Amino acid sequence: MTFVAKPKVHHPKLPVNEIGLTRRDYEGSVSTLCAGCGHDSVSAAIVQACAELSLPPHRFAKVSGIGCSSKTPSYFLNKSHGFNSVHGRMPSVMTGSNLANRDLIGVGVSGDGDSASIGFGQFAHIVRRRINMLYLVDNNGTYGLTKGQFSATNDKGSTSKKGVPNLYEPIDLVSSALQIGASFVARSFSGDKKQLVPLIKAALMHKGMAFIDVISPCVAFNNHSGSTKSYEFVRDHIHNVMDADLIMAHKEVTADYAEGSREDVAMPDGSTLQLYKVDADYDPYDRVGALNYVQRMQEKGEVVTGLLYVDPNAVECHDIMDTVSQPLNELTEADLCPGSDTLEALNQRYR
Amino acid sequence: MSIKYNDFVIRFANVNGSGSASANGMFAKALFRMGIPVATRNIFPSNIQGLPTWFEVRVSEKGYLGRREGVDIMVAMNAETLVEDVASISPGGYLLYDNSKPLAKALKRDDIHEIAIPISSMMLPEFTDPKQRSLFKNIAYLGALAGLLNIEFDVITGMVSTQYKGKDALIQPNIRSLELGRDYALNYLNAPLPLQVRRSEAVGERIMIDGNDAAGLGSVYGGATVCAWYPITPSTSVAESFENHSNVLRIDKETGQKKFAFLQVEDELAAIGVVIGAAWNGARSFTATSGPGISLMSEFLGLAYFAEIPAVIWDIQRSGPSTGMPTRTQQGDLIGAAYASHGDTKHPLLFPSTPKECFDFAAKALDLADRLQTPIMVLSDLELGMNDNLSEPFEWDDSRRYDRGKVLSAKDLDEVEIFGRYLDVDGDGIGYRTYPGTHPEKGAFFTRGTSRDEFAVYTESGEVYQRNMERLQKKWQTARTLVPAAQIVDKSQSVGVLYYGTTALPMPEALDNLTQNGIHMDTCRVRAFPFGEEVEQFIASHDLIFVAEQNRDGQMRTLLINELQTNPSKLISVLYYAGLSISADTITDQISDYYIENKLSRVTEVQS
Repeated sequence: MTFVAKPKVHHPKLPVNEIGLTRRDYEGSVSTLCAGCGHDSVSAAIVQACAELSLPPHRFAKVSGIGCSSKTPSYFLNKSHGFNSVHGRMPSVMTGSNLANRDLIGVGVSGDGDSASIGFGQFAHIVRRRINMLYLVDNNGTYGLTKGQFSATNDKGSTSKKGVPNLYEPIDLVSSALQIGASFVARSFSGDKKQLVPLIKAALMHKGMAFIDVISPCVAFNNHSGSTKSYEFVRDHIHNVMDADLIMAHKEVTADYAEGSREDVAMPDGSTLQLYKVDADYDPYDRVGALNYVQRMQEKGEVVTGLLYVDPNAVECHDIMDTVSQPLNELTEADLCPGSDTLEALNQRYR
Repeated sequence: MSIKYNDFVIRFANVNGSGSASANGMFAKALFRMGIPVATRNIFPSNIQGLPTWFEVRVSEKGYLGRREGVDIMVAMNAETLVEDVASISPGGYLLYDNSKPLAKALKRDDIHEIAIPISSMMLPEFTDPKQRSLFKNIAYLGALAGLLNIEFDVITGMVSTQYKGKDALIQPNIRSLELGRDYALNYLNAPLPLQVRRSEAVGERIMIDGNDAAGLGSVYGGATVCAWYPITPSTSVAESFENHSNVLRIDKETGQKKFAFLQVEDELAAIGVVIGAAWNGARSFTATSGPGISLMSEFLGLAYFAEIPAVIWDIQRSGPSTGMPTRTQQGDLIGAAYASHGDTKHPLLFPSTPKECFDFAAKALDLADRLQTPIMVLSDLELGMNDNLSEPFEWDDSRRYDRGKVLSAKDLDEVEIFGRYLDVDGDGIGYRTYPGTHPEKGAFFTRGTSRDEFAVYTESGEVYQRNMERLQKKWQTARTLVPAAQIVDKSQSVGVLYYGTTALPMPEALDNLTQNGIHMDTCRVRAFPFGEEVEQFIASHDLIFVAEQNRDGQMRTLLINELQTNPSKLISVLYYAGLSISADTITDQISDYYIENKLSRVTEVQS
């Protein structure tokens, strides 16, 4: 995210990360979203997370659907390829991209209309296929580009800008993701960078389907007093259960959280997932418990945030399919074509 | 009575799910192994068990593989369809039936021969299990046919032994049933009949395979690594063939892991989405579907056209519109496929006619998609896709390299001064692309379905938008020169016939019939859309052209008029769309009738 165009050169004293890059190397082009849009904060969080993890900024595959949220992959990581596809279909395009090259880091950005309405089916199926990716939804409960219609995540009774209430039940993407098979499920708030950046880092390094629902208020159409997706409402009703961060293998483990509440989880790649319990009773390894908890709190009008569920030993789609470790898009004729002698033997089989 | 060899149509009337397919397939294969050209047609319902199904075998020493009207031998094993089955037999033909129950008097015909075999009664003492009894009835009539038609018995018993290798317990009852049938025919019937088979050289080197299997194998050879699909008749076996062959041919020897990804997805939208995502990321990918799937994929096809992403889509056509007749063939998707999606879109189409062409076009389509950076649709149909057809054997040139099109590597990017994804550097309308993750600094771009400039930057400038649309049109002209050319036989006649796909199957026979009627025509078998220069010339150099195809609206004719500005009065439709494949008789009759109605002159052979 860069709202105002910045010059290409940057201050020589900008801090560099382990691979010698500054945060500027992870940015994108100028955002065309409204000033104050929560989505721009999410893009900034992605930039910060990637820079802090020292990931190579050209090794991402950014895929989105259609809508305000889906424009955002332009606004971060402009050294990587991006694909703004068709409405609600980011998951299938991302699936194909991941099948072709499993080595790239998949970042799929979608919105509540894109994932909970037109693309609810594709959302469900990519989750159950367990594609190794970060699936991030900028959730504002409204259709911004078409000027403020309710989306399927809008709470029943929440009102439009004109005061008309939403009559229908909301779809909770977090609950769906928990139920269908995501191995990392989190919810956060675009206004809480301190929580969001570490969650994105943990999700990026999670091997498997990592889903983050980010409540991201729409300043133009859904930030009024009757809305349950406004900055004010979310700040008042947020209930954080678990913070998480990802520390790379060779880094010293440091944190500014209270001692005693921290749990370090060794990840298969050697990195460490740090969990900080905010709600002492919460168990992030209990999928069914998480689902229950989120639903119960939702009934009380509370928005549960933080890392809700993680399976540190999850499998991903390539494990399930048992594909070769080399990216399929690197295989050549020698790997792929069985040749004429084999074909002659096959001809014989059809005689 | 004179004996007629290797020239008849036999139809088996069965109940779906009764195990007849295996016996019927063995019948056709036995004749094929005796070197006799056969063409098989499975006429089946949209049902798993219980509804009527027919299997037809055209046996032709001359090598005519298209459908011919009339049935010479009816093997009537379905009581429910007996009335229509008996009625469909050509005068002088044969009715083979199970007379464990006598044939109703009303069904008797004076002009056909009855062959009564008490098959059910014969099975009673042999098998105690009623399911086995019913299954081996099929094998028993196969044995009877061997006796009646003089099929070499060891060819059939040899097939039984191969088919049940490893399940040895099944071999003996199969052989026993075959012998029961054959012995009954030889002992109690007037066998062999005056209609017989005899060993021939006519098959030559050819193989017998269905088009879908050939397409799946061709996709393996062509280097496809991602197949995403959703089950739909009659296309399902394309995907299954790719998986089956890949599971043998694409397994890493050391790790046992797969050098391909095969994914049955939730619907056709996802199937094409996965294909486009994979191709965008540099993998060769394809899907297989039928008409309803093409309708669903339309939005994505427009994206791939406009954002210029390769994709290969096999459309195994069936009778539309809507669900139509889902287990019957048609060539009804041409216009829908050619212009699929909103706005100004058009897509190259390939029209295979034989399994060999399915194999070849599978690899060719992957090359063309990469070269042209656009979706390529291969329009086969149920007739070609799901029936065993005679085919020239498959060939592969080991020196052949995949054409991955204009793709810049990291090294290329270091050498080029400027990179613009949609810059027409070579003047052929095709830009250079990069795969994601290629270079740390250069070559990344944003792919989108919205308007953008030559450097892939979003724009709403009308001028830039129009310039891009014109470049896509230039690319379309390039496509004309790259797609498979039409096959033309031009002997300077004034009249021609133009056809494509499976309409080619009955064409040699139709042309022979027409020649006998004094009608001589040049031929043009179109193999792709957009039409090449040669199609334009063929149309220009003939006064009248019959366009033979299998749909109601003359869709190929419409495409010719639309794309080549052909005078519509010059193109006369020859149409058939009643669910089976077009027959030589239909083509012959419609063209002859046109000659008679319009008093066109015919050439009569000069008698010397």
